[in-house]
Amino acid sequence: MTGELAIQTKDLTRVFGAFTAVDHITFDVRVGEVFGFLGANGAGKTTALRMLIGLLAPTSGSARVAGHDVVTESEAIKHDIGYMSQRFSLYEDLTVRENIQLYGGIYGLSNRQIRDRTERLLARLGFESAANDFVRALPLGWRQKLAFSVALLHQPRIVFLDEPTSGVDPITRRQFWELIYEAAAAGTTVLITTHYMDEAEYCDRISIMVAGKIGALGTPSDLKHQFGTESIDEVFVTLARPDAAGGAGGSPP
Amino acid sequence: MSPATAQSGTRQSDADAVVVDALVKRFGPIVALDGMSFSVRAGELFGFIGPDGGGKTTLFRILTTLLVPGSGTARVLGQDVVKDLWRLRQRIGYMPGRFSLYPDLSIEENLRFFASVFGTTVEREYSQIAPIYSQIEAFKDRRAAALSGGMKQKLALCCALVHRPEILFLDEPTTGVDAVSRREFWDLLDRLKATGLTIVVSTPYMDEATRCDRVALVQRGRLLALDTPRAITQSFDRPLLGIRANDRYRALLAIRDYPQTHTIYPFGDVLHFTDKRQRAAPEQIARDVTAFLESRGFHDIRAGAIPATIEDSFMASMGAPEDNQQAPFRSTGAA
Repeated sequence: MTGELAIQTKDLTRVFGAFTAVDHITFDVRVGEVFGFLGANGAGKTTALRMLIGLLAPTSGSARVAGHDVVTESEAIKHDIGYMSQRFSLYEDLTVRENIQLYGGIYGLSNRQIRDRTERLLARLGFESAANDFVRALPLGWRQKLAFSVALLHQPRIVFLDEPTSGVDPITRRQFWELIYEAAAAGTTVLITTHYMDEAEYCDRISIMVAGKIGALGTPSDLKHQFGTESIDEVFVTLARPDAAGGAGGSPP
Repeated sequence: MSPATAQSGTRQSDADAVVVDALVKRFGPIVALDGMSFSVRAGELFGFIGPDGGGKTTLFRILTTLLVPGSGTARVLGQDVVKDLWRLRQRIGYMPGRFSLYPDLSIEENLRFFASVFGTTVEREYSQIAPIYSQIEAFKDRRAAALSGGMKQKLALCCALVHRPEILFLDEPTTGVDAVSRREFWDLLDRLKATGLTIVVSTPYMDEATRCDRVALVQRGRLLALDTPRAITQSFDRPLLGIRANDRYRALLAIRDYPQTHTIYPFGDVLHFTDKRQRAAPEQIARDVTAFLESRGFHDIRAGAIPATIEDSFMASMGAPEDNQQAPFRSTGAA
């Protein structure tokens, strides 16, 4: 790792034709931090994420993730990170146990590691009785908790979560966040995107992307103070629609 | 929520745009709708609020004549959704949750296609769609596939409105949409409602409940409550306290050990707490929980009564979360 930094970007930029999706973003994420990566639809979050996980080459600028360069060492990054999204995470036609085994195999774990970690994972989630159920038969909340645990199976240093709680019931959504806190307490760095503004408050620090740039970055309480608002929701509105926010006050840093 | 509250939605009158009685729909062993009854008044902006898998989409597909109920009845605009489906289809607008327009057609081509299906033209109906269409008309030659999420949403809404429906069904129009665009979409619905249109909308975002005249809280195919957002939150049946302390997550874990804890949930930067002593004064509850946290070494503690939100009410009425159920889904045979 580069000191205490899990993610380090410098002027990271991606251009598609005439459109600059990500425009010279520079930020760091510390080891063990829960980092909220927010922004309006189309602000460039997904493009930035795809560069950080080694799926898309930057046009210019640089980024290091888990100590590896995203351009020259993108394969190494894939071993050191976990990834889950709402849309794609598990194979619905496989059972819970089969999904765990599949991902363990993909990440190169030994049979013994897979066996041990499968049992531990099932016990921790209380899923023993559902081990042989097809994933498609599980409620969404179960699936998302399982997907998160599977994303951590190879003990990555960083896990990227793309809208993991979308559509999940409010109690399960909160249980999911406890899993995030546990992972962070164990030293895993978490980078998460969400459209639930209350969840932004659960992060150690957040960044808000606006039109390809980072419009704000800091702890939730710092940002509220800086923008003179009561909630992150209002900070978000002020940044994303400067004309509409009216007297909400505050100016971008 | 008391059963009486939920029942108040089932009174019928001539002014009802939707009347649903004991609606049941099963898919194999899965009970998608478990005996729903309610009515929606003409001109109302009515919301179905709840997580995925609650039956919202199944309900909307039945109300829009795309799916036949297992048992029970549903009438929309006075017509039966099964027997009168052809007449009804002329009168309702439906925006499904998944983007369902033709990606290879342009904005204008999609709109012309939907108008022609209903035997009309964009020109004739222009005044109906103008408030929304004017926002995307500059891009009318762009293919639907190349549109941003917000533009797709506006186009889909135009296509659902182009035949001047008397009632509009919107299935999760704001899912996956950022917080600012969601507000703007609700502003748009307010304008449509002002024209007299009845609007039935579903959403997983609890904070959107306050934008509706009345809401039904939905989980696992049942209505947990049905009323105005205000009445639902006011019927929260015990004092609710907001608690802050120096370390929110550790404070949450500590309060779980507190013998008087009934519920404790994080809500953004504050913890929402209810006490087992349902009738105790909030001030007393606040003093006691503060003393407990101090005894555990916390500082900067602030605790005081706060009004319940829809999400508090939802969690209070959902009982056990899906995780605590014996089986992932209740099968037809189970109680």
